[in-house]
Amino acid sequence: MNWRDHLPALLVMIPLLGAFLTPFVASCGKTVRNVFFVFSMALVLFVGASLCAATFDGRVLVYVMGGESFSLTLPSGMSYPVRILFEIDAFGSLLILCVSVAAFAGAVFSIHYMDRFSGWKRFMALYFLMTAGALGMSATGDLFNFFVFVEISSIASFGLIAFWRDKPESLEASFKYMLISQIAAMLLLIAIGSLYGKYNALNMGALSSMMRSGTLERVSLALIVSVLAFKCGAFPMHAWMPDAYAEAPSGVTCLLVTVSQASFYGLIRVCYSIFPGLTQGGTVGWLLIVLGCMSMFFGVMMAVVQHEIKRLMGYHSISQVGYMLLAMGVGLLALGDGNRVAAYGLTAMKGGLFHVMNYSFYKGLLFLCAGSLYYATGTRDLDKMGGLARNMPWTAGMFVIGAAAISGLPPFNGFVSKWMIYESSFAVHPVLPAVAMITSVLTLASFAKVFQAAFLGPAKAKFVAVREVPYGMLAGMAILTVATLLLTLFPGWFTGNLFENAAQALLNRQGYIHAVLGGM
Amino acid sequence: MKPLSVIVTSVCDIFAWFMIVFGVYVINNGHNTPGGGFQGGAIVATFLSFMLVAYGGKRFWAWLREGVYGFLEFLGLVAFFIFGCLGFPNSFFYNSIAVPQGGEALSEWLPLCGTISLMNVAVGFEVVGALSLVIIYMYGSIRMVDTGAGMGGERGHDRFDR
Amino acid sequence: MTDSIAKNASDFAGNAAYVVVALLVIMALYSILTQKNLIKICIGIAVLGSSVNFFLVLLGYRQRGGIPVYYLRGAGDAMVLPTPQCLTLTAIVIALATTALMLSLVILINKHYGTMNIDEIRRLRG
Repeated sequence: MNWRDHLPALLVMIPLLGAFLTPFVASCGKTVRNVFFVFSMALVLFVGASLCAATFDGRVLVYVMGGESFSLTLPSGMSYPVRILFEIDAFGSLLILCVSVAAFAGAVFSIHYMDRFSGWKRFMALYFLMTAGALGMSATGDLFNFFVFVEISSIASFGLIAFWRDKPESLEASFKYMLISQIAAMLLLIAIGSLYGKYNALNMGALSSMMRSGTLERVSLALIVSVLAFKCGAFPMHAWMPDAYAEAPSGVTCLLVTVSQASFYGLIRVCYSIFPGLTQGGTVGWLLIVLGCMSMFFGVMMAVVQHEIKRLMGYHSISQVGYMLLAMGVGLLALGDGNRVAAYGLTAMKGGLFHVMNYSFYKGLLFLCAGSLYYATGTRDLDKMGGLARNMPWTAGMFVIGAAAISGLPPFNGFVSKWMIYESSFAVHPVLPAVAMITSVLTLASFAKVFQAAFLGPAKAKFVAVREVPYGMLAGMAILTVATLLLTLFPGWFTGNLFENAAQALLNRQGYIHAVLGGM
Repeated sequence: MKPLSVIVTSVCDIFAWFMIVFGVYVINNGHNTPGGGFQGGAIVATFLSFMLVAYGGKRFWAWLREGVYGFLEFLGLVAFFIFGCLGFPNSFFYNSIAVPQGGEALSEWLPLCGTISLMNVAVGFEVVGALSLVIIYMYGSIRMVDTGAGMGGERGHDRFDR
Repeated sequence: MTDSIAKNASDFAGNAAYVVVALLVIMALYSILTQKNLIKICIGIAVLGSSVNFFLVLLGYRQRGGIPVYYLRGAGDAMVLPTPQCLTLTAIVIALATTALMLSLVILINKHYGTMNIDEIRRLRG
């Protein structure tokens, strides 16, 4: 038995076992609990990185749950797969890497951040479940299984957003999110059920090979796209996002960001791999582009006027999601036409995928910095802060790196991905990069305001005694800072290998089908 | 919650136990009837809500041992995971101890359908624990609202009355 | 002529259940979108979940199909599809977890805000 063959199963098994063991471990004392938490997350990170390495040469990994052999997708002469199976290509493993890094950093950060609160048993179990859900969403090759993982991560996140149940705001945010999310999930299930009723298959590869165009498929596609666009926070359905991001504990927000990225993964997978016949016409591509532009612009416009630091960052998340939707929409316009793919489609997709990874790292970092400020000062209101750079030099330094990256200042990674998006979207329509650049400028202005308000200016008498946050929290932030700096220092290597592979995996629909159905 | 009349408590005394027996029956026959761990577990967990409604909150809270249900949940989940791991040289969840048609059983103690019925029992334990805990916590939060008594040993969640 | 009428009638009989699903979905959405009471909204969510489960079970239904268990299948040789039933069971478990969590949240929200009216629960704005 080669353990490398079982990596896709281990990816979900480790966080699930962590969640199951939590009630026992949490009663063994603080040190055991902390070591267990961090060690499990490090293990998840290791598995995620190994998966990324395993799919590096363009292979598609398949894992059949409960099969006689892990790779037996078509038992006893069946023409389509009947078992639950995981299917991981380079695009999926990119998302898995993002989720596992953010989950590790959030866990390290939470150890000190959540230390003074009771209820660790529930916090840890829900955190593990949310990680398992997000990882499963990016690994699964089955539509219904995707729905189940969406629900696992959503239910865990409802609990975690309302973790401070003594605060009415967090209860309200959680209830709001839950209300809209449940309607969305049920619509998703209706769409999946109708596809099952017509094609008698739930496997993504099998569905993709059988997919024709018709009314039912159009309705299903519309439902799935709108639901997943909602789950990743696109403009008209964005209302839950700033509330939930602001009210959740910061370590959880760091993970929530990547959970919304996993929904984005589902959206892109559905558009590129399952319904390419329907999405090639340009309608869906333009829909994503318009959604992206509106999210970018309105997100940043609402962020500029905010005074509460985490809410401000929540609105910036909407505008950052807009960049990815724009890039992937431009890629979708080029899909199916080799010349257009070579001219701008591939650049757009690479830029979008680069932005996915950038966003999950620097946005997580910024949320952790906001959490540190809240931990040290006890307030999230920017008007009440001031002069904290002297007291908290490390937090200030890492905040500067995150803010420069998100605003797209030239040496940083945000600039590279944004530049690729500008360049490719210009080929479609010159208005698109203009909107994106205006957004970028406003982002810079907004973060300059945050930095000035929180860290510069005269020291306030109230905050003289404020100290730098504990080492555990600094370590959590440092992990994401290092990740951001790595992307900054070696953008050429990452775009040439990691994102190139992921974009090629998305374009290679036959390979995705072939991995499941064999010689078709 | 106020206790109900003596008729209800008498009926509860007699029938609550039959519900547990019926639930265990449904769990045990999950592999070949339309039942299973979740359905049977949900039937067993109605026992606790029955007790709560019939005897009222005060006696219920005094009688309750929360740790029992937490332990049941933990036991069920870990057992489920271990049964999943039994298939490991082949794949996760592979039913390695099932007896194929016309084959020989490893031991007469093992069920013919392999891990399916064992997993049903594990899920049954888990669901009994989890649904009972749901009832306990929901009643606990109502009790907290009514009497101001916390759930015991909480720190940090202290902005409740402000 | 009579054959086609009879066929249409039986088609309608076969599809009537889908009409019920559509009605349930519309009723659930109506209650979620128009009601102000938190508990009524929770009921709407639960009805929505049940209607989707109903839809999934219907997908697997075959006329005069038996139970999809080998020795319980009855005299006919048709069976209903077991897969949608598994899907339904999973969806029921998920709906149960959500409903329980939602009602717990409603209890705590009622304590904090002292109201069940969703219009008065507006601290997060802008």
